[in-house]
Amino acid sequence: MSDTTDAAGRIISADGRPLKSSLNRALRREKLRALALIAPLLIFVLITFIAPIADMLFRSVENDIVSNTMPRTVASLRDWDSTSGEVPGAGVFESAYFDLAVAAQKKLHSQLGTRLNYELTGMSSMFRRTGRRMDDVGEVYMDQFAALDQAWESPEVWAAMIGDADWLASEKAWAKAQNPGTPPPAFEVKEGAQAALPLTAALYKDFAAYLRLNDGDSPTQEEPWPVFYAALYTDLINRPDAATAFSGADAQRLQTSAAAVTNFEAVDYKAAFVKADDGWGQVNTWATIKAFSPKYTPGYFLNAVDMQKTPQGISAQPESQQIYILLFKRTLFLSLTIMFSCIALGYPVAWLLANLPARSANLLLILVLLPFWTSLLVRTSAWKVLLQQQGVINDTLVWIGLVNDTDRLVLINNQFGTIVAMTHILLPFMILPLYSVMKTIPPSYLRAAKSLGATNWTAFWRVYFPQSVPGIGAGSILVFILSIGYYITPELVGGTTGTFISNRIAYHISSSLNWGLAAALGTILLVVVLALYWAYDRIVGIDNVKLGG
Amino acid sequence: MTFSRLSILSITATIAAAPLAVAQDMANSMTIISWGGAYQVSQTKAYFEPYQKLHPEVKIITDESSNEAVAKLRAMNEAGNITWDLVDVTAADAMRLCDEGLALEYDPDELLADAPDGTPASEDFGDLIVSDCFIPQIVYSITFGYRSDVAEWNGKEPDDICDVFDLKTFPGQRSLEKRPINNMEWALLCDGVAKEDIYDVLATNEGQDRAFAKLDTIKDSVVWWSAGADTPQLLADGEVVIGSTYNGRLFSVIVEQNQPVKMLWDAQVYDLDGWIIPTGLPADRLARVKDFVYFATDTQRLADQAAYISYGPARASSAPLVGKHADLGIDMAPHMPTDPANATNTFLQNYEWWADYRDDLDAKFQAWLAK
Repeated sequence: MSDTTDAAGRIISADGRPLKSSLNRALRREKLRALALIAPLLIFVLITFIAPIADMLFRSVENDIVSNTMPRTVASLRDWDSTSGEVPGAGVFESAYFDLAVAAQKKLHSQLGTRLNYELTGMSSMFRRTGRRMDDVGEVYMDQFAALDQAWESPEVWAAMIGDADWLASEKAWAKAQNPGTPPPAFEVKEGAQAALPLTAALYKDFAAYLRLNDGDSPTQEEPWPVFYAALYTDLINRPDAATAFSGADAQRLQTSAAAVTNFEAVDYKAAFVKADDGWGQVNTWATIKAFSPKYTPGYFLNAVDMQKTPQGISAQPESQQIYILLFKRTLFLSLTIMFSCIALGYPVAWLLANLPARSANLLLILVLLPFWTSLLVRTSAWKVLLQQQGVINDTLVWIGLVNDTDRLVLINNQFGTIVAMTHILLPFMILPLYSVMKTIPPSYLRAAKSLGATNWTAFWRVYFPQSVPGIGAGSILVFILSIGYYITPELVGGTTGTFISNRIAYHISSSLNWGLAAALGTILLVVVLALYWAYDRIVGIDNVKLGG
Repeated sequence: MTFSRLSILSITATIAAAPLAVAQDMANSMTIISWGGAYQVSQTKAYFEPYQKLHPEVKIITDESSNEAVAKLRAMNEAGNITWDLVDVTAADAMRLCDEGLALEYDPDELLADAPDGTPASEDFGDLIVSDCFIPQIVYSITFGYRSDVAEWNGKEPDDICDVFDLKTFPGQRSLEKRPINNMEWALLCDGVAKEDIYDVLATNEGQDRAFAKLDTIKDSVVWWSAGADTPQLLADGEVVIGSTYNGRLFSVIVEQNQPVKMLWDAQVYDLDGWIIPTGLPADRLARVKDFVYFATDTQRLADQAAYISYGPARASSAPLVGKHADLGIDMAPHMPTDPANATNTFLQNYEWWADYRDDLDAKFQAWLAK
């Protein structure tokens, strides 16, 4: 005994290790080998399927556009109380000017406007209009600096003043090489410039990085943005001794400019903003920007359940805009209806298929599969021709005399149309699993039940039906999950009352471009499907689902 | 991501730049996106084929994705791989693409040809250049067509936009577009709002309620369309008796298919369609596209397109050159939305206003529809 157990009483294997751990090791190796076998598929699925979906779903909370486009404004709005009822002070407007002037140069301001327009109507044109006016503001200072010293208009002067000496040298070498394929060297700020002219240096850095990335251009060749002059003015007012950090011509120019700026005509940023668009004078505008300034927002999810995030907190959408809960309910209701219609229609067909002699069963199977192989659009359009008011069914009913010519039945562009067309389209997904399960039920069971005295109904209900339930389960899951995300058929035949949530998701993806809301709706739909699947597993048991024998 | 996009860009730029520095620096293939159908055929006949005759080495690949061009361009931009060279979009979409930085801003007088009499392009196109990125091509309109053989109308025919809302005199199903744009304006107009006040009224909650209330009066008799081909089909089938759609679609129902349908024209809403060049194209492809656009938007070419479809050319100098239909030989001028006889009462879509109110009103409109 002593040589097969250790001091703690664990069983030891031949190589002296505890048996448990060496068993684990062997199993782990086995598992790793199995994993290596499925690795190609796993990696493929992860990269092409899971990752894009995760990325898309992540958009439902992502909101960094506000803080990325207006970082200074977001920071200075932190101290402003949106319930105070007063528009923020001059400091916020100044930050907003520097943010928006840069954003307008990079053409990012209108994207932000589009984003905020989802929350407050009018933001889109406000940002577009304001962005156009931002250069005028900077030009006020630009003209004054240029009048003082012509050199302020030269790109090289700016680059030499703010750029690091090493960077300047490598930039010169790059410009000389004239190689259009390579981007210019990355910009470096001169050590002293950053401390002496913080705002100007920061904006200039932005400018250089933007040029490099977008046009492959160097700041030494591009006209400086007008906003630099406003920044320089602000820096020189705040730090009149900024020139001491520089040397040579830069120092002299800054010295004279610092002395002159106190007499410059200053811009009232607030007035300039309100003049560009009077929306800037309203508390609600700023409150909305503040409310949507964090990097992540629950706003899209709230919208997806007919709520909204307002500066005053979370509240329900006005009744005239509530639609998503209704659509979710309708999608579930219609999907369930379609699923049950498929069971009701598919069960007898599958029974026939499984019990007819092989030759007629094959013919019948082709009849089931033929529409299955036909294009979805063709089948949907065929239903249009059949169901419309001047269509085949109505014409026949009028001809028979069942329906008056003036009040023909409305069979399409409503829920009925969606249910009929989708039941037809999804029917094979019910019939095929049912058929493959029924095929494996030996007919002798039914005969045995009857010979023991069961009526036809009892024999079917007590003996045959329970054995076909796994097929119903598989077919139902297939039909239900397919129909819950169906898009094209409800779009074509659903009118206004027969459309699904997926039609709204498609609208937000391709028309309104509100991808955040589309992602939130999609996430909710995914969670609902998973929850139903889980519930199904708990109630019926997923082991009871069979797609075949 | 930014890094890899940059390096891919610079690599492609290097590869592309090397051999082409000798040649004319123009790519020999171009992917052009348009709307498909009769409209794209007219572009093929008037622009693509003549251009290829001049430049046999150029291959033009076409696609019919204009409907979702904004979304697809945005996705391409995020992936850092722009596969389209030129895209045909409506003016409203061009503005959005411009806003998002997805369309190239251009200088009309540099990119586009002067008129034959030397008028610079910027004047020749005039205020139809509604966005810095939009290269106008045609003026079309959204208007109503009606069946001229409805027995219940007792020989009367609609001649006023408000007849669309008059179910007593003109009973029958209507078809309207499944979005608020235009429908709201028409509803307010027929509710007694003066044309110049419509957008002011529509900006208020009461005004929107008023428009919905007016639309409520016909809601039960409306089939809502989302594709331009729906209304012509519905009219031809007799499913609806009046319906709105693009005037070119109605033209082909009336003239080419000889259906008993007539144009209402009253309160037609002008809209513009044109080209945008995506941003981020490599230099050789950009050069080719610019060359093509210069060719395809000159005075004669724009007038040529009107020989295949009843949309008005966007250049003032093209109008006098509009001739006869290429196959049918009929005069095209009377079928143009801009013809004085058709243009007695017109609207120009207010793009700026809708850019602001689209999200809000669309949510309300869909909620109203679902009720």
